[in-house]
Amino acid sequence: MRENDVILQTVSKIAVFIILTFGVYLFLAGHHHPGGGFIGGLTLSSAFVLLYLSFDVETVNAGIPLDYRKLAATGVLISVCTGMGSLLFGSAFLSQTFAYFNLPLFGKTELATVVLFEAGVALGVIGVVVTIITSISGEV
Amino acid sequence: METIIILLVGVLVSVATYLLLSKNVIRVVLGTALLSHAVHLLLLTMGGLKRGSVPILGDQPETYTDALPQALILTAIVISFAVTAFFLVLVFRTYQQTNTDNLHELKGADNE
Amino acid sequence: MNNILVFPMILPIVAGVGLLFFRTSRSIQRWGSIAAMTAVFSISLFILTTVLSDGIMRLDFGEWLPPFGITFVADAFAMLLVSAASLVSILCLLYAAFARDEQREHFFLYPFLLLLTAGVNGSFLTGDLFNLFVCFEVMLLASYVLMTLGGERRQLVEGVKYILINILSSWLFLLGIAYIYGTLGTLNMAHLSLRIAEAGQPPLLTTISILFLVVFSLKAGLVLYFWLPGSYGALPTAVSALFAALLTKVGVYALFRTFTLLFYHEPNITHTIIGWMAVATMIGGSIGAIAYKDIRKIASYNVVIAVGFMLAGLAAFNLEAIEGAIYYLLHDILVKGLLFLSIGSIIYATGKTRFDEVSGLIVNYPLFGWMFFVTILSLGGIPPFSGFPGKILIGQGSIAAGEYVLAAVAFASSLAVLYSLIRIFLSMFWGEMSIRRKDQVPLTKGRLAPILILTLLTAGLGLGMNLLSPYVSEAANVLMNPELYINKALNKPF
Repeated sequence: MRENDVILQTVSKIAVFIILTFGVYLFLAGHHHPGGGFIGGLTLSSAFVLLYLSFDVETVNAGIPLDYRKLAATGVLISVCTGMGSLLFGSAFLSQTFAYFNLPLFGKTELATVVLFEAGVALGVIGVVVTIITSISGEV
Repeated sequence: METIIILLVGVLVSVATYLLLSKNVIRVVLGTALLSHAVHLLLLTMGGLKRGSVPILGDQPETYTDALPQALILTAIVISFAVTAFFLVLVFRTYQQTNTDNLHELKGADNE
Repeated sequence: MNNILVFPMILPIVAGVGLLFFRTSRSIQRWGSIAAMTAVFSISLFILTTVLSDGIMRLDFGEWLPPFGITFVADAFAMLLVSAASLVSILCLLYAAFARDEQREHFFLYPFLLLLTAGVNGSFLTGDLFNLFVCFEVMLLASYVLMTLGGERRQLVEGVKYILINILSSWLFLLGIAYIYGTLGTLNMAHLSLRIAEAGQPPLLTTISILFLVVFSLKAGLVLYFWLPGSYGALPTAVSALFAALLTKVGVYALFRTFTLLFYHEPNITHTIIGWMAVATMIGGSIGAIAYKDIRKIASYNVVIAVGFMLAGLAAFNLEAIEGAIYYLLHDILVKGLLFLSIGSIIYATGKTRFDEVSGLIVNYPLFGWMFFVTILSLGGIPPFSGFPGKILIGQGSIAAGEYVLAAVAFASSLAVLYSLIRIFLSMFWGEMSIRRKDQVPLTKGRLAPILILTLLTAGLGLGMNLLSPYVSEAANVLMNPELYINKALNKPF
């Protein structure tokens, strides 16, 4: 029983990219301003959920062939392993550091190891949220 | 400001208690969600609702807001989100298995 | 820098999450999880010996110094419990590996068992009240999944109640954390202890302590145990053994920690209440254990009695009783795992859950029968086995504290334990053979091995108490002298 949802589909095709960009912005802004892996991840996953809402599950799964459970597991592993990475340098678990580099194009850029940790968090959040939403909706 | 928020917490808790005591399982799930909102607000209020600036080193304002309650709430929200999601799925599965959403009919074990 | 402290929590998480990628290969799931827990067990033994020789260890996450950052603090009490918990989870995993419950294995049985132990170990190690909440939740979320994994009707119905109870108690826990942060402005346990001591524990703080008492009692099954028998009865064997061995013990640990480190200034109020709650728990548990004929119910009520018994040690609140309670805690982690594995094996072998429906099992399974008998003796506190030193020390301690009612009820409850289990033994194992040899379900060596190891451990722990005693007396010493903990858990004496 598909209704005519041309408007929803057309709008979400554009909106998804705006949401994705905003999610990435929030994720990167997290170091100095409100934002970060969790919020960025939630925003990114809302883009996926919007896709699932406006198209059906099969279409989206064909377009984005991702196993979201494995995505979540990868995220958690990345987070934990970056936490353990500091053990290699003789500092405490979850220690973070940052440094300034002169990159071409960007100029003087601050690179922080916490971004890797947050990337893991973001992947974990995307994986978990999409898994929850699809598993609830799949059975109804 | 604190007083108003505490009153709001009280309202949320009483509504949640009403929902928790009802027979319908979905209402109970909503009740637990409201309960967790209430306690998150309480945590925020207990840390003090100061009008300080963002607690990031660098800019030098007079007062900083206490960052710890916010960290606690973020963690607690994530946890309650996960628990509520799981509880919803479980309630749905139970409904499929037992064909009832009435807590009274779920009482007792089947082999006694 | 003691980075090794993080491994008892992080290794099971890494292993559990890693195993998610090997969904199809059952043998990797089985043996990988056992290998991970064996590594955790050896690491925790190493930390335990280091703690005894070098004193309490601390790890500041991300090098944020206490009281601002999150810390893990390992004292002898915590490490003894981590070691015992890891040991019993290895054996439960071993049982699960041989029970071959393929449907549950397909839905990530082992990863969730590992996450459960990660939460348990984290709760033992953490030095921060909020982090304790987080570790509790890790443990509880894993337990929710394990509770309902398989999706049988009985499991789902009991699961709804179990989750609801635990959501409520987590809510109360957060409420307590909010209040204590509002009054004292810190959540680091050592720092809290200092500030409570400075304030002299006024009535407001005593009230908050009662809130924590309610929270941890719900988790431990102290008086508020009404949810426990139904939930534990609905589980598959290996999971129920792990639940019985670990989940209530985390609540007991939290009670010990909060009422020896934080709220020890008003023992007339708090510890008296704990004493009466322990008495009520032991009486209620005994009635339950004797009243039912369902062996799973009897075993679950035995968990309740043991919780009351350990808290009797906390209520007496002297060195001897605390030491006894630690012995009993260690013994109970092992022997409750053993009891639930045995009960599960009986149900697996006979297909019956009431003890008056089968008899003469000793002819069918002689080795298993005698192991069950040893389990009963150990639970009852008969001398050569591991229950004895704990019982005798708690008894001596509570008499020294003048708590005669407590001591009397504690020993009467031991009799109830013995009676309720001997009844199972007499009617199920003795008497006329009711299952013919050719119909009997074989109990494989794989299923019997964990039970045998645990039986040998409970006997060995009873005979080799001398090996354990320096650790236990160190643990009791730290519990009774909070300043030892505080000095190590904070950088300098504030």
